[in-house]
Amino acid sequence: MSNMIETKELIFEYKGNEEENVVAVKNLSLTVKEGEFLVVLGHNGSGKSTLAKLINAILLPSGGKVYVNNMDTSNEEMIWNIRQKAGMVFQNPDNQIVATIVEEDVAFGPENLGIDPAKIRKRVDEALKSVGIYELRRKPPHLLSGGQKQRVAIAGVLAMRPQCIIFDEPTAMLDPSGRKEVMDTIKKLNKEGITIIHITHFMEEAVNADRVIVMDDGKIALEGNPKEVFSRVNKLKELGLDVPQVTLLAHELINEGIEIPEDILTVDEMVSRLCQLL
Amino acid sequence: MSIIVENLTHVYNAKSPFETVALSDINFTIETGEFVGLIGHTGSGKSTLIQHLNGLLKPTTGKIYVNDFNINDKNLKLTEIRKKVGLVFQYPEYQLFEETVYKEVAFGPTNLGLSDWEINNRVKEALNLVGLKFGDIKDRSPFELSGGQRRRIAIAGVIAMKPEVLILDEPTAGLDPRGRDEILNQIKALHSKYKLTVILVSHSMEDIAKLVDKIIVMDKGKIALIGTPREIFSQVEILEQIGLGIPQITQLVRKLRDKGINIREDILTVEEAKKEILDLVREKKNA
Repeated sequence: MSNMIETKELIFEYKGNEEENVVAVKNLSLTVKEGEFLVVLGHNGSGKSTLAKLINAILLPSGGKVYVNNMDTSNEEMIWNIRQKAGMVFQNPDNQIVATIVEEDVAFGPENLGIDPAKIRKRVDEALKSVGIYELRRKPPHLLSGGQKQRVAIAGVLAMRPQCIIFDEPTAMLDPSGRKEVMDTIKKLNKEGITIIHITHFMEEAVNADRVIVMDDGKIALEGNPKEVFSRVNKLKELGLDVPQVTLLAHELINEGIEIPEDILTVDEMVSRLCQLL
Repeated sequence: MSIIVENLTHVYNAKSPFETVALSDINFTIETGEFVGLIGHTGSGKSTLIQHLNGLLKPTTGKIYVNDFNINDKNLKLTEIRKKVGLVFQYPEYQLFEETVYKEVAFGPTNLGLSDWEINNRVKEALNLVGLKFGDIKDRSPFELSGGQRRRIAIAGVIAMKPEVLILDEPTAGLDPRGRDEILNQIKALHSKYKLTVILVSHSMEDIAKLVDKIIVMDKGKIALIGTPREIFSQVEILEQIGLGIPQITQLVRKLRDKGINIREDILTVEEAKKEILDLVREKKNA
């Protein structure tokens, strides 16, 4: 499988208004394979969002390189191709919607690509169906729920036919049911072959990922599959993060001398382990 | 400071095609010093309800008493109620507007007409209570601070009014786990130190289970359940019907009971679960 995203010794420095500059990404090398579901965790200020913006060429590296499908993001001529390949969905649904009708909003991207109207129609319908809001296509976005609005934003990205979508805390402002709608959509898109980079604070959203990286101070502090990462309970706490309650319980029981695997992530796993013990 | 709500109904856009009944026939009492969790779906009426408690909205029908003041009373000065009942909205950091942190937090107390000395004391105390260092931060612009810090400044602005009731609408939404724990711990400290009555609106069942004395569950403008966390989280069927969850640890305990394991049903925290499971393991060893 080829690489969807590749960063090589990537550095990014925010220029402060006084003499103080902040280095948000420090020498970061990361490869994301085509079709992978990568979750990026980290506390506020760890450099997650900066990394996302670097992949989408919203920010350009201060040092090192970012390649999206082998295209160098610092090559200005490729910028539109890069953004078409790697779309981005942000935290606040209200900041991403430009039109007054759902389907017009979804059509905004392809229209700007100068695509033939009949083809735009087809793309928009497909995108809306894919995220499950086709029946809302003629509604004004402000009448939708947060989860629905976020799916409009995802449909808008899908209409660009991307191979990769970067989600920057797409569920942070949603209630539990909206969060579930968005997560189900993300998982479905990944099954259909779209590479996913999902940035989040909700640990339970990382449980289904192929790989998890935890960022701290602009660097990768932990990396592995969800079980490997979440079994490092103490390290995660040190980094200001949570683990799912059952993982924490497993950790606490191990400390008391109970023999139980430390990489339990779900309630059902815990139930079957405890049933053997009790 | 006690709050009594009697037969409260609120209708938005009454007698128009957009008429919506947001609250219908709400009844409850909150005692002085209670820590209450308010949960429910988006659109269940939580925000409409809390806006009644400091007089931002008036009941369409029904009565609200805040410390024996009837909010409907035309002679009542609502500023008196708003001094006593502090409301922190969702994403309060977007409401900051002053050029320094000091002026921001001092805005409310200044409008109360307090002396400079008193204002200074209150700003210092409020910033301290939300975990910010007065000296370091008072002259900075709120807009150059992080989101979590800005939110704490917004909360400090309400605390500086010295309310007796503090209502917070999803104070931890969008924060990372560390920021969330900091804010919740500070709210808890305020509650225990100053005997404040606190009403916390949250989507996180884990946080609610850890903190509150009483839970009010709203659904479609009505109160679906009211009781202690243990009482509420044992009503799994009703909660699921409404579309709300229970803490992961409570789910675990239920599933263990379904498998025939005799573990206490009303466990809410990891600590409790650990203790119960250890007891069961030891019992089995000794058997």
